[in-house]
Amino acid sequence: MTLEIIGISALGLFLFGYIIIASIDFGAGFFNAYSTITAKQHILTKIIQRYLSPVWEVTNVFLVFFFVGMVGFFPKTAYYYGTTLLVPASIAIILLAIRGAYYAFTTYGGLKHKRYTILYGLTGLLIPAALSSVLTISEGGFVTMENSAPVLDYWALFTSPLSWSIVVLSLTAVLYISAVFLTWYAHHANDEAATNLLRRYSLSWAGPAIITATGIIFEMRTHNPEHYQRLVDLWWLFGLSVLFFVGTVYLIWTRRAYGLAFGLLVGQFALAFLAYGASHYPYLLYPYLTLYDSFTNKSMALALIVAFIAGLGLLLPSLYLLLKLFLFNKEYVQGNRNDEHA
Amino acid sequence: MGNEEAVFFSRVLTELTLSFHIIYATIGVGIPLMIMIAQWVGIKKQDEHYILLARRWTRGYVITVAVGVVTGTAIGLQLSLLWPNFMQLAGNVIALPLFMETFAFFFEAIFLGIYIYTWDRFENQKKHLLLLIPVALGASFSAVFITIVNAFMNAPQGFDVVNGQLVDVSPILAMFNPAMPTKVAHVVVTAYMTSAFVLAAIGAFRLLKGSNHIYHKKALFLTMKLGFVFSVSTTLLGDFSGKYLAEYQPEKLAAAEWHFETGKGVPLILYGVLENGEVKYALKIPFALSILAHEVPNAEVIGLDQFPKDEVPPLYIHYLFDTMVTIGMWMTVLSLLYIIGTWRQWRFVLSQWFRWLLVLGGPLSILAIEAGWWLDEVGRQPWVLRGILRTKDAATTSGQVDLMLVLFAGLYLVLGVGSVVVLWRMFRKNTVEQELADRASEKAGDAL
Repeated sequence: MTLEIIGISALGLFLFGYIIIASIDFGAGFFNAYSTITAKQHILTKIIQRYLSPVWEVTNVFLVFFFVGMVGFFPKTAYYYGTTLLVPASIAIILLAIRGAYYAFTTYGGLKHKRYTILYGLTGLLIPAALSSVLTISEGGFVTMENSAPVLDYWALFTSPLSWSIVVLSLTAVLYISAVFLTWYAHHANDEAATNLLRRYSLSWAGPAIITATGIIFEMRTHNPEHYQRLVDLWWLFGLSVLFFVGTVYLIWTRRAYGLAFGLLVGQFALAFLAYGASHYPYLLYPYLTLYDSFTNKSMALALIVAFIAGLGLLLPSLYLLLKLFLFNKEYVQGNRNDEHA
Repeated sequence: MGNEEAVFFSRVLTELTLSFHIIYATIGVGIPLMIMIAQWVGIKKQDEHYILLARRWTRGYVITVAVGVVTGTAIGLQLSLLWPNFMQLAGNVIALPLFMETFAFFFEAIFLGIYIYTWDRFENQKKHLLLLIPVALGASFSAVFITIVNAFMNAPQGFDVVNGQLVDVSPILAMFNPAMPTKVAHVVVTAYMTSAFVLAAIGAFRLLKGSNHIYHKKALFLTMKLGFVFSVSTTLLGDFSGKYLAEYQPEKLAAAEWHFETGKGVPLILYGVLENGEVKYALKIPFALSILAHEVPNAEVIGLDQFPKDEVPPLYIHYLFDTMVTIGMWMTVLSLLYIIGTWRQWRFVLSQWFRWLLVLGGPLSILAIEAGWWLDEVGRQPWVLRGILRTKDAATTSGQVDLMLVLFAGLYLVLGVGSVVVLWRMFRKNTVEQELADRASEKAGDAL
């Protein structure tokens, strides 16, 4: 295993963590807003609030970790992506900032208003859309070199079917991941009404999620044939991922083992993520940037890996404690203990 | 947009983001320590008031930390978005502390989540207090790591450039650069000092606005004592910073001090204005600059005449220096007066006008922080990486920076107003008197 592969794996791990955790968060916000509009708030709000409250800040850190690590391991990405992503990344930051701050304002500051709930729900859809543009851009065809500086062609990006399909995928995936997790969480909390509603959401978003995901693979054939070929070569990973998907849907359909269903879902996305990442190899940005020509020097790479391992040694037990105290604490989840904030 | 415009707007946007973020970041670094001290005193003295103090500070802290987190994310990404050339270079040499900062921040975030939801979970209050230690540590270490990156920008080392290629990179050497010890200590201690004075201002304000509750008096006395301790340490560190600058960044010291010609036995210039290259109306303290720089009254201090014109920072940084130092001194004296006055029961410490001065101390301390950071950043110009990379060569070539500036200005307005309104409502609705009464009746209920 080369240092480059170790580096990208560490980053991939955190990116994947962000995708799952943030999807739950974004989707929860959306479902909460949706239930406000459809007057079903009494069913969902409690369960969603109880999950979100102690973990909202942690979600953001996964993202920060990913982009700081990216610049650390692959400094050239700062130049290429930094220059081209100014607008989409700025929009994503602004939305994330409003979302994060107003979450705290409403939860701890007593700023309660329907308007904020709906705004919060909407940002949950806009942020993945903005962030997913990075994925589209990385496929190549949208960045050209002018005077040896990379320039993003916005028109091409906005009119590309690929970029819109990726946006749609990000949305369906967010809602699907979130619905499945919350179904399990609600069931865990013995909240039958919420479980039933969320189960319905899970089932209705399962189809769109798998269809858009498959669609993108086919679109790649015309957009980036080289990548498409590598994707097809990894068909067995995608096949396995689809099996997991079927498992999740089956379990939820038959109202069985929601925890396992969510586990299979994580497996499904992990396999697809791995297959996608492996087929993207060695490019970070088609066709300008690969893992190898953008990699940092050896001493920095080693230092970062040591820091990464030491950091994980600190974080994993802390995360475990957080989960144990809230997520997996039956008393807390069921709302039996009166743990009000400060 | 021409590149000069892109550089200009990138600088304005970075300055705006940093100026806004640093308010919340400074408070975010200092307040966990204050909460810890208050809660600890409360447990030691078995005094409900100090516990409540810690609890109420925590509530406010959660709001400020939220804004600090999101603006910190903004500056973290903006570094790459606005200064891609700089980050490409910096990523190779100084990525390690940036990376470690995310871990520190992660650590803090996790335990803060736990801390705020477990106030009533433990029979033994000390266990709850233990959860705050990682929060305070994470917050302070975030500041340490980020300041290391900034120190590196002032005194880059740990690599060589051969034919435009970076060679012999040593991340550890880059971290432990000469600017690091003084800068890190200065940033962390002033964050504690500022937080103490901001909290003191709140206590003084409540006392002015009608409440005469002992709770506020305890809060004020505690925070003023802490503020005094940290402001004295800041003065000492300021002296070290002077010596560091004289040795490693003499052009910054000379520009901040309006010291034009190299010479021996140099006076320290405070205040004054610059007219056609002449210093007027200034207060000159004989030999003080030589002492500040080298501890010896007759020592030689390098002046601006030793530097090419295009490597001298803007001279207005002298005003920033004056602002920072004056406020620092003023707060030291004010807090000392308050402490002695309280011990000896001088009546003027209880007077309206003196309390207004204490209230004013909060915003003034924040202003000193801003002035200090502007001094640091502007004083490093024209370099982004001193001696290696000029600011004008580091900026993005993207044409939309001006539009982003407008968007981010809007964001900071929304966050600034939002956080102030929320904090104001939070504490006005739920007064100390009421909360104490609620707790008393709750306890009575438990006893039944």
